[in-house]
Amino acid sequence: MIVFYLEPDSGVPAYLQLVRQVEHAIRLGRLSAGDQLPSVRDVVAVLGINPNTVAKAYREMESRHLVDTRQGRGTFVADLATAAAGPAVIPAGLARDLADWITRARAAGLDRDDAAAVFEQELHAAYRNEGIA
Amino acid sequence: MTAMAGRAAAERSAAAIECSGLGKRYGRTWALRDCTLSLPEGRVVALIGPNGAGKTTFLSLVMGLAEPTEGTVLADGHPAGGPGALARVAFMGQDHPLYKRFTVADHLRMGCELNAGFDLPWARARLADLDIPLRRPAGRLSGGQQAQVALTLALAKRARVILLDEPVASLDPIARREVMTVLMTRVAETGATVVFSSHVVAELERVCDYLVVMSRTQVQLAGAADDLIAAHARLIGPGGAAAGGEGAAPAGVAAVLERSVSDAQTVLLARLCGPVADPRWESRSVTVEDIALAYMAAPGVRYQPSPRLSAVSGSGS
Repeated sequence: MIVFYLEPDSGVPAYLQLVRQVEHAIRLGRLSAGDQLPSVRDVVAVLGINPNTVAKAYREMESRHLVDTRQGRGTFVADLATAAAGPAVIPAGLARDLADWITRARAAGLDRDDAAAVFEQELHAAYRNEGIA
Repeated sequence: MTAMAGRAAAERSAAAIECSGLGKRYGRTWALRDCTLSLPEGRVVALIGPNGAGKTTFLSLVMGLAEPTEGTVLADGHPAGGPGALARVAFMGQDHPLYKRFTVADHLRMGCELNAGFDLPWARARLADLDIPLRRPAGRLSGGQQAQVALTLALAKRARVILLDEPVASLDPIARREVMTVLMTRVAETGATVVFSSHVVAELERVCDYLVVMSRTQVQLAGAADDLIAAHARLIGPGGAAAGGEGAAPAGVAAVLERSVSDAQTVLLARLCGPVADPRWESRSVTVEDIALAYMAAPGVRYQPSPRLSAVSGSGS
């Protein structure tokens, strides 16, 4: 079963951190279809966070078709074959392109923070109309 | 039967606490004025503000420990302080008053005598978990242990509305986390409403989903955390002369709470009334803590979106 954690200084809302952790675990194959997620109460008992936040995270996962809630039984990872909007599988070439870009950035004299700032800025510009960037 | 009555009350008003024009004066000094609030059920409400802002007075009025000078207050649908409300509301005061010479066990016994629904097995189990000896007089417990006993007594009452005045002030960080976890678990299990006052703003995000900021004896800001986050932003734009002079803000800004200007750039923390489309301004999301601090630093700015819309439309800033 997935174990949630929170990074308070990440700037990412807590509910979204939980959603991303499930997405990430599915992407990495640590969670697969039919696996059960902990109950809201159990997440609250571990993290000490507001239950409405956990419930919101689970609703968001449902609307993204990551999980199904079966009344009285719990929340389970959805069958990805039928999921309309499961997390994208990352094409291998993407990471390589980014690694090339980082190599060029270093060669141009950018340090880690410089590179991160450029990346952040471009990310923000590209996703600015999609709500959470 | 009480559950049915509770549900009926909840259907009458979906508010855990409802007050209208509430005010309290001690002698010639107002401790709370013109307080109109509707706090929804099942929320965890953080009541934030500097000392003297009116937080404790507000909680005392909801609990019925003080009589309002003006206005009304309902707790879980019942007039505060009346028999209906007393069974539904639990209160843990700031100085967690215990009878110093009575043992912890004596306190549990009193809790049972005074409250029909007192959950003694739960209270015993929690105190055992915390290694608090039942035979020790309360006055000989540490400050943190006294706070834990007071909290246990308040929670064992199984109330629908739980009021906590500075619940974690006397606790170390680990006990603080434990207390918050116990509270959050209670909310998850029963849908109870928790209102806690604090002048500590850190870690709000983790626990509260509704924010009330008080200043100078009045409610300054009240709203659901999600709504407040959606309605505020940090805006980063051009600085110096390009910023357009003092007081300039892009279209879409309703009120500026914080402004810092340099030659290079201007950074605002603002309440929005629409999208900021000006491409020279970048909009970043803010946290509940950012919002709470910004309002506390700008006590003249008030914002209370839903419950008072009809009463004070147009005077939001």
